[in-house]
Amino acid sequence: MTHPTQDALIANRGEAPVLLEARNVVKHFPIRTPQGKQQVQAVDGVSLKVRAGETLGLVGESGCGKSTFGRCLVRLLDVTSGQVFYDGEDITAMSRKDLRKRRMDFQMVFQDPYASLNPRRRAAATVEEPMRTHGLGTDAEIKQKAIELLSVVGFDESFANRYPHEFSGGQRQRLGIARALALQPRLLIADEPVSALDVSIQAQVLNLLADLQDDNKLTYVFIAHDLAVVHHISDRIGVMYLGELVELGESTALYNNPRHPYTEALLSAIPVIDTEAEVRERIVLTGDLPSPINKPPGCAFAARCRYVQDVCIKEKPLLQIQSDGREVACHFPVGT
Amino acid sequence: MSEPLLDVRDLRVSFRTRNGKVAAVDGISFQVGDGEVVGLVGESGSGKSVSMLSVLRLIDNPNCVVEGEVLFKGRDLLTMSDAEMRKIRGDEIAMIFQDPMTALTPVYTAGWHISEQIRAHEKVSKQAAMDRAVQLLDSVGIPNAKERVNSYPHEFSGGMRQRVVIAMALSCSPSLLIADEPTTALDVTIQAQILELLQNLQSEFGSSIVLITHDMGVVSQVSDRVMVMYGGRLVESGPRRDVMRDPLHPYTWGLMGSIPPTDGTRAPRLATIPGAPISATDADRDRCLFAPRCRFASDSCRPTPPLVMHTPGHLDACVLPLVERPERRREALTPVEVTL
Repeated sequence: MTHPTQDALIANRGEAPVLLEARNVVKHFPIRTPQGKQQVQAVDGVSLKVRAGETLGLVGESGCGKSTFGRCLVRLLDVTSGQVFYDGEDITAMSRKDLRKRRMDFQMVFQDPYASLNPRRRAAATVEEPMRTHGLGTDAEIKQKAIELLSVVGFDESFANRYPHEFSGGQRQRLGIARALALQPRLLIADEPVSALDVSIQAQVLNLLADLQDDNKLTYVFIAHDLAVVHHISDRIGVMYLGELVELGESTALYNNPRHPYTEALLSAIPVIDTEAEVRERIVLTGDLPSPINKPPGCAFAARCRYVQDVCIKEKPLLQIQSDGREVACHFPVGT
Repeated sequence: MSEPLLDVRDLRVSFRTRNGKVAAVDGISFQVGDGEVVGLVGESGSGKSVSMLSVLRLIDNPNCVVEGEVLFKGRDLLTMSDAEMRKIRGDEIAMIFQDPMTALTPVYTAGWHISEQIRAHEKVSKQAAMDRAVQLLDSVGIPNAKERVNSYPHEFSGGMRQRVVIAMALSCSPSLLIADEPTTALDVTIQAQILELLQNLQSEFGSSIVLITHDMGVVSQVSDRVMVMYGGRLVESGPRRDVMRDPLHPYTWGLMGSIPPTDGTRAPRLATIPGAPISATDADRDRCLFAPRCRFASDSCRPTPPLVMHTPGHLDACVLPLVERPERRREALTPVEVTL
């Protein structure tokens, strides 16, 4: 067994160890079309590392592959090629039995709090289930633990016997978080956990996630399409476009000084509340995300990029580390 | 001021339910001037959609009771005959719905949707209506409109579908356009495209727009005036600049504090509004409905505080003394540990 975290540790002396590493993860879905069999290239070679205790945000438009990638990270989907290392172990090569045990360490919070809860199961039973599956303690212990978990996310005992339909959207999302915490994971993958919620409720859930991270030393991979939310919660941000990582960097630096033209456009599209603050230049992208079936040979963003040049259409830019540590996949990074 | 285009007076919408009468809209009054863009903000269940749907008399539910007056160009829409209303709907007042997938019929082409609407209001030939449809698709920025007019809804992306819906709404050059969360289902880059489109079309066609949204940022970007709703009532209303820069109502503060800062700084916690939005079934209505979630609530929040004008056009319904507001607002925007 290889231990890729070791060299990473040496390379980043003084920083927390790498907990999760994706190496060249590819996920293609075969489809039948009138033109014959084709592949939807949902994730096309994404590599990144997540350090223990940090929050990595993944942002991009719908269809950019961020959710598929998130599911590959916990092997809810089997990768087409590439590897995912969790604490040095390749989970893509694990047997189902080993994986099941390992999964105690990494859990997922899903986007839709309506679809991700069993409507016929009471709140307490929903939270108890993972503990029963893994045989964590006696029946009484598990029940006690479930009540504790519910109180962590803000429910008193009177909520324990309610069914999902008796909860509001924000409450359901908190229930989903309690379930994910039941196995005391070290890593949470949260796939659009707040996008279905009202702004005031969204803020409550974001605060809850921040508190849980402080109390439990959790590591988050936070997937969302809203760059303002991602910036708020993340230490580092990865920007995805058409199945590829186009920029990766420290959260505030990336937010204030985007280097990839796509990140720049994504940022400028955030509606800003009119205060005295200076308004940033708005770049309105033309067109939609290209099809992930027949991807263009050059830069995937070339068709919508305002700085496009000939080389962008012919040659695919690779993700490269810039002098300031930012990683950008662009022939002509902004501001250089 | 000359006669407003739309003058809503004490509009009340209630539903008869098993648990008694439930007030979804609880007495709101507002006006929309010619060429004005009004943003209507609030959380889900605040009554913003229901109020505008009832303006168009689109709530087809025998248990729904609509009271008040809705004067459009001086005529009360609520007392009109169905035939008269049908003439106005789609022709003089048009609506854009949130979900562009369900707003279009999947078995008909984009061109059919648009020409059907034109032919419902004007005596023109099918061919002429179809030609207009092509022009409209072109003006909302659909590339290759001549061919796309024959495409079905599923052949368009979400943003393109919303453009088709907008083209439909504009087909009879309405003087009032009601847009119900037109960008909520869209990606942020596509949202920017649609907002820009709406602004361009507004200046081109001169229509008034009522934009319903829960996103303060969107409102700030496009509207001239902002109205904030909570529990079926207006709690604050005023010119955009005043409301955005000097919001008066604690609920408005909460809405603004809930949004992660966009100025490039990172706060460890967000100022949020504790609790959940008030339920329309809540019977205790003779008070400020926001009081249970408001940290400045006191005995004087009962009975219902009236909407009071503070500066020209800027109204709010809160009993806090005006001089204390800036201090209170600073307090409100400082995050505290909130028990859920």
